[in-house]
Amino acid sequence: MEKTHILSVLVENESGVLTRVAGLFSARGFNIDSICVAKTLEKNESKMIIATSGDAQILEQITKQLNRLVNVIKVQELTGEDSVTRETVLIKINADETTKGDIFRIKDIFGGRIIDMSRNSYTLEAIGSEGKIESLIDVLRPLGIKDIVKTGIIAIQRAKKSN
Amino acid sequence: MNHSTKKELMTGSRIIIESLIREGVDTIFGYPGGAVLNIYDELLNYEDKLKHILVRHEQGAAHAADGYARASGKPGVVLVTSGPGATNTITGIATANMDSVPMIIITGQVPTNLIGNDAFQEADTVGITRPCTKHNYLLRDIKDIAKTIKEAFYIASTGRPGPVLIDIPKDITSNVYEFDYPETVELKGYSPTYFGHHIQILKLVEEILKAKKPLLYIGGGVISSNAADELKEFAELLDLPITSTLMGLGGFPSNHALFFGMLGMHGTYAANMAISDADFIVAIGARFDDRVTGKVEEFGKNAKFAHIDIDPSSIGKNVKIDIPVVGDVKSVLSSLLEALSGKTEKISSGRYDRLGWLEKINEWKYEHPLLYKMSDTIKPQYVIEKIYELTGGDAVIATEVGQNQMWTAQFYKFKYPRTLLTSGGLGTMGYGFPAAIGAQIACPDKVVFDIAGDGSIQMNIQELATAVQYNLPVKIAIINNNFLGMIRQWQELFYHKRYSSSEMNVNPDFVKLAEAYGAVGLRAKNPDEVVPVIEEALSINRPVIMDFVVDREEGVYPMVVPGAPITGMLLV
Repeated sequence: MEKTHILSVLVENESGVLTRVAGLFSARGFNIDSICVAKTLEKNESKMIIATSGDAQILEQITKQLNRLVNVIKVQELTGEDSVTRETVLIKINADETTKGDIFRIKDIFGGRIIDMSRNSYTLEAIGSEGKIESLIDVLRPLGIKDIVKTGIIAIQRAKKSN
Repeated sequence: MNHSTKKELMTGSRIIIESLIREGVDTIFGYPGGAVLNIYDELLNYEDKLKHILVRHEQGAAHAADGYARASGKPGVVLVTSGPGATNTITGIATANMDSVPMIIITGQVPTNLIGNDAFQEADTVGITRPCTKHNYLLRDIKDIAKTIKEAFYIASTGRPGPVLIDIPKDITSNVYEFDYPETVELKGYSPTYFGHHIQILKLVEEILKAKKPLLYIGGGVISSNAADELKEFAELLDLPITSTLMGLGGFPSNHALFFGMLGMHGTYAANMAISDADFIVAIGARFDDRVTGKVEEFGKNAKFAHIDIDPSSIGKNVKIDIPVVGDVKSVLSSLLEALSGKTEKISSGRYDRLGWLEKINEWKYEHPLLYKMSDTIKPQYVIEKIYELTGGDAVIATEVGQNQMWTAQFYKFKYPRTLLTSGGLGTMGYGFPAAIGAQIACPDKVVFDIAGDGSIQMNIQELATAVQYNLPVKIAIINNNFLGMIRQWQELFYHKRYSSSEMNVNPDFVKLAEAYGAVGLRAKNPDEVVPVIEEALSINRPVIMDFVVDREEGVYPMVVPGAPITGMLLV
């Protein structure tokens, strides 16, 4: 069954490593829904969080093919139960006298912030799980979204629960 | 690294060559150009240690290094210039990559300060070769040369082997730095698994002892891991029938009673029937390629599968595997033999239980052996049979791609590993002749053939000059039907004989062509001239072209229609 999977990929921070990973996905026909890359605490290492979709067999191939890359140190699937995922969204939205109240109310419910404004638009920042961000967009859409930018998903494994 | 002792200062070019020598390299295949002039100048100082073979086209260098590597087991080394020098090697690199051949390609690059400027003869070589190498590097600092070459050889020749490219800007080759060749490599993201997991080994042993209709399906991994001896011991111990992919030919003696030929699109009737009837298939260093499986859902439909492979990504890619064993084929087979020792009773009762199975496969074999009908014109299969007989099966045989390749796979009975050099994965026409040149350099005492078609030989015919220059007595047998034969065969079968652009209306006179290059040209037009021509060629210690004018519309059979189950064979 097609399903979204989140992979945490630890790589050596060498030039071209992003191209190697992205190229592997396109060459083998795998999907990338989103990809986030940044350095880790370790010098010379970066972590990529890749959201992809496919059935179990495709996921297995993606994992194995990533592991074949010399610059890939570790590949781990992060599942919903044992990890926390977040996405940041910036939404520029029409704001007139009739909608400003709504925007503020929605912002508060979703724990967002207004980070920029002009006479007729607000820019809203919100952080949350993919589902929460989707709901926020759904709620704001009737008010007139002018532009939207998402970071893509980042995720981290949950700390082990102590007994 | 310990720098307390003073190391010798060297130019980048010398560091490159000294590093290659540390890796045991004695031959380089290459072609000079602006960006590698420093390296070529330094090469003159190493003529006694490092032989440089000047090819006539960079593609030839890549295939020759590939042939050298396949024939010897040592990585082949290529040296070419930037831009077109590098791009001309791409087909050769992709060929080696698909067939898991260890190769080091050193490409010149424009000076560091010009990279990205669209400089003369600049190409983004690492960008272009990223998808067709096992790994590649762009050097930016002379300090990294030795370390990178060490890593490149390690990566190319371990795990699932493959080509590794190092792109070296010209300024780095003239700078000076101390030479300090590292003893070891440290790669955080690369550590191939060599030993099979013992639980998987035990599962495999248990299953094979209980199987009534087991079958070994072997591939190129048997050859690249040098596992032919272990495989023979394993198969003979349990009386296991064997079928092979194109890449696996030579991994098990073709004249052995347990061998039933190649499987797949042009496989034998016996092999394809056995795959479909087997109850337990052990894939050994093979990758379930589409030309092997036919309709994949029907492949081994009555069987459980075990798969031994050093590349985890090959396992379970196309076919679901019940017992995966990640590891080096040689070491896994040794572990299997060890696990089987002491199980004498089970082994002999198993052998007894399987007598009927072997008998059945033999019936298939006698029902539909590989066949062709003699006629007044030369049959291609006859030429290959005679090459086999007259070389005693001891020659190294390179092939081109197409009918010549399939007939060779069917009618030359490969007895030893590393004696068939063929582009199995990429299917590169023009591969065979330069590969034969590389093989002849690796094996100066062996007879080396390139079995070619009239189409494919023309794709790298320029290398005749290389063969003549270095006095490499490669024998080229052209199966000349004035057609791109395999294309013609598909058009005959699937396009109502509409021979669109498959006829070679104009071909050179190959005998005169050989002579023009300073080689020897021979021709056979009638069946009774075939043996004398081969005998004469074998008696000449120079490059020879044999032009065999064959039956124009002979086909390769059996043939499985693409996408059909492999039991649905068109027979002779």
